[in-house]
Amino acid sequence: MSEEQHATLVAEQFDDQVQQYQAASLGMWVFLTTEVLFFGGLFASYTIYRYLHYPGFEIGSHHLEVLWGATNTAVLICSSLTMALAVRAAQLGKIKDLIGFLVVTLIFGLIFLFIKFAMEWRHEYLEGLAPGVNFTYAGPHAHQVEMFMIFYFVLTGLHALHMIVGCGIMTTLIILALRGAFSKGHYNAVEIAGLYWHFVDIVWIFLFPLLYLIGGRY
Amino acid sequence: MGTVTTTTLQQPQAEEYRVHYLNAKYGIKSWLLTTDHKRIAWLYLVSTTFFFVIGGVAAAMMRLNLVSPQGAIVQPETYNKLFTIHGTIMIFFFLAPAVPTVLGNFLIPMMIGARDVAFPRLNLLSWYIFITAGMIFIYSVIAGGVDTGWTFYTPLSTSYVNTHVISAAMAVFISGFSSILTGLNFVVTIHKMRAPGLTWFRLPLFIWSMYAASLIFILAMPVIAITMVLVMLERLFHVGIFDPALGGDPILFQHLFWFFGHPEVYILVLPAMGVISELIAAFSRRRVFGYGFVGFSSFAIAVLSFLVWGHHMFVSGQSVYAGIFFSAMSMAVAIPSAVKVFNWTATLYKGSVSYEAPMLYALGFIGLFTIGGLTGVFLASLGLDVFLHDTYFVIAHFHFIMVGGAVMGYMGGLHYWWPKMTGKLYPDYWARLAACIIFIGFVLTFGPQFILGFEGLPRRYAMYPPNFQFLNIMSSAGASILAVGYIMPLFYLVWSLKYGPEAGPNPWGAKGLEWETASPPPVHNFDKTPVVTEEAYAYGAHPAPVTTAAS
Amino acid sequence: MSELVSHVERKKVYVLVWVVLLCFTALTTGVAYIDLGAFNTVVALAIAVCKASIVVLFFMHLRHSEKLIRLVVGVAVFWLCILIVISLSDFATRFRISRPSWPQSQPVTVHHLDMSPGTTTAE
Ligand code: HEM
Ligand SMILES: [Cu+2]
Repeated sequence: MSEEQHATLVAEQFDDQVQQYQAASLGMWVFLTTEVLFFGGLFASYTIYRYLHYPGFEIGSHHLEVLWGATNTAVLICSSLTMALAVRAAQLGKIKDLIGFLVVTLIFGLIFLFIKFAMEWRHEYLEGLAPGVNFTYAGPHAHQVEMFMIFYFVLTGLHALHMIVGCGIMTTLIILALRGAFSKGHYNAVEIAGLYWHFVDIVWIFLFPLLYLIGGRY
Repeated sequence: MGTVTTTTLQQPQAEEYRVHYLNAKYGIKSWLLTTDHKRIAWLYLVSTTFFFVIGGVAAAMMRLNLVSPQGAIVQPETYNKLFTIHGTIMIFFFLAPAVPTVLGNFLIPMMIGARDVAFPRLNLLSWYIFITAGMIFIYSVIAGGVDTGWTFYTPLSTSYVNTHVISAAMAVFISGFSSILTGLNFVVTIHKMRAPGLTWFRLPLFIWSMYAASLIFILAMPVIAITMVLVMLERLFHVGIFDPALGGDPILFQHLFWFFGHPEVYILVLPAMGVISELIAAFSRRRVFGYGFVGFSSFAIAVLSFLVWGHHMFVSGQSVYAGIFFSAMSMAVAIPSAVKVFNWTATLYKGSVSYEAPMLYALGFIGLFTIGGLTGVFLASLGLDVFLHDTYFVIAHFHFIMVGGAVMGYMGGLHYWWPKMTGKLYPDYWARLAACIIFIGFVLTFGPQFILGFEGLPRRYAMYPPNFQFLNIMSSAGASILAVGYIMPLFYLVWSLKYGPEAGPNPWGAKGLEWETASPPPVHNFDKTPVVTEEAYAYGAHPAPVTTAAS
Repeated sequence: MSELVSHVERKKVYVLVWVVLLCFTALTTGVAYIDLGAFNTVVALAIAVCKASIVVLFFMHLRHSEKLIRLVVGVAVFWLCILIVISLSDFATRFRISRPSWPQSQPVTVHHLDMSPGTTTAE
């Protein structure tokens, strides 16, 4: 690689590409740590209310559609695979593969969001399970069930927001890749976007059992 | 000069025109779009000072009101808004950002021999986020104010008050992200951008404490952010997240709030402690006694501060078992704090101490922080706190730490590095005078509040029984002295910008990479990456050079 | 300057990881339909932890990362535990002193907090 090329690829505060790469990846991991604590506040509240209001949480959970939850889990796992393959393609400098995998990842992300909103949220809203907007459930433990649904909406909502951001990032990466912004040895953005994407996947991996599987389904 | 390979910069070039970060570019755009950490520090200096003034005006109005037992100037409703504005602005918009974003931004890259922070554009983004948050808070003040206290306790904030809680909570939420990004930037910078040879144990202690504070930013701020989201949701939809009538638990809010809240108070004081370590070393001309202990105590504080939050909730109805745990952990956190105090004091011993203005602040810090910390141990005792909770004793406790400690440290740091930031010297006489006035004003303001609290005067009331009037007037009188002390630097520091004599690269004859480059520093801090070959504060090895010119 | 390429994983590994993750998903869904009592939750969470670890180790390359990055992950998990465990421990021990005879396994606060019409105050 020539000197000029080197200069354009390394920001001026860094000495070399290795330092830049390490800083970017450390930065992303630290950011994900803040995300863990960000979701953590909700997970802690969820845990405590689940402990306090177990009967209502169980009833609320049983109003959710396990099959959609499981399907969406699978969708996200598939998207994680394609994301990992996208990073791999970037590592090897196979830009065409990279673009392909990014597009597939984006599509999986959109499928997830479609299922989440159009299949699930809409359904729960119509069933009268949306606290503050349309909550008509009047069976046993109504307030507890409402509390569960609050956490369901806040947790999945926040997660969906992260998915939307993720889809935005995917789109940006695709455009950048099309413009030839990535090359072998220069793919930091892809790698750290991948970290973000997998993290969002992990959040869902926990949300699925915590929201859909309370008390089992037997 | 032992620690740097290039000394060319230090030639006195007084007459020659030298390009540095301040005159490299001109115009408002060159400031608002800058990614230079030194200029961003200035952006923060101006904006946090602005917030400090607002918070100070609110405080002045409160103190004025408390001159009379019936409340001299405002209605109780207004008084509630005043202390909310004061607390929120001082904590979220002045003190939390002040030392990290002004001194930290300016100094971290310089102290570690880097050209900039790891993510300069992110750094600028943090400032814009901060300003957005601040403006939203100002909006809620102008729109009618908030009266929940800076703590936003539920269900008061979610179900009862009808003031501008949502916008205020939004402001806190957004400011959290600014802090998170700053903390992230610093952590990565300190890990990845150190100059060759600058190992962890050669770092100035300011870096250690900034690192610890950044850790707290990263780990605590997200929790307050999400908690504010819950408060906003609860207020918008009244779904009962914190409403006991609907199955919510207000104490859960307190847990989430103080999980952030107590570490937050250490965000305020840790960076100031770092400043004090620098000042004590520079003005005693000695390496800080027990360097490793002081460094690691910052980490101990950062970790322990996450295990004590329930000491704010002893009388909230929290489990007594939790109370016992939190009480014990709170007392434990006093240990690393004391380690620092003892080590600073030991550094003074046999040091050749001189009393320039920054040192006066540092000495003030040590005394006042000690009192603040020790009264913290009082409050951490389960039984005593039942009596002292929510009284003026608590007010005095945390003001001794946050104003007597953190603000003193900030002022000291500002005076110490002002010549580096501006290239100019301020009049030392006036600076010393201001430091003394601040100290006297401070003790007069908050000293009586310990007694008031011990006699049982609760905090957050606009009125009080007449027998408390004497001490209240004393406190208000002290506050006016304090105000004079804070306004003075505004004048002589601004004056020095134009009329101050040239500072030269190292007016204090201090050690540290930041003193080995010109003042004001060049755009990229160092003309050549420095190589570090010795530990920090190596005063013994090289008797204090007053001018570092290599001629 | 040498080209900067972080560790490249074999494609086969990724596909294998993917299959394992899908199996775990099927497993956790399936187990929910078997009555294991309290262990339903334990199993579901254990599987989730396994899945998350696999994602972190393989997809996020933690296996080949610097020590520092592993430390960051450890810190995140540890602090999450602090938050959850300590705040939960308050709720778990809150009523014992005032009601020493309280049956400890019961979800205590039904009495204290839930005012929904369907709940009776004495179980
Ligand atoms: C030496 C260690 C410390 C101990 C043991 C300690 C202990 C306490 C305790 C027990 C309380 C609660 C009192 C009550 O509300 O009844 C308290 C309040 C407070 N402390 Fe400390 N503290 C310490 C250090 C600090 C530091 C370093 C700061 C700030 C930089 C600080 C700032 C505060 C604040 C702001 C409050 C009041 C918050 C409010 O209710 O608005 N403390 N402290
Ligand atoms: Cu505290």
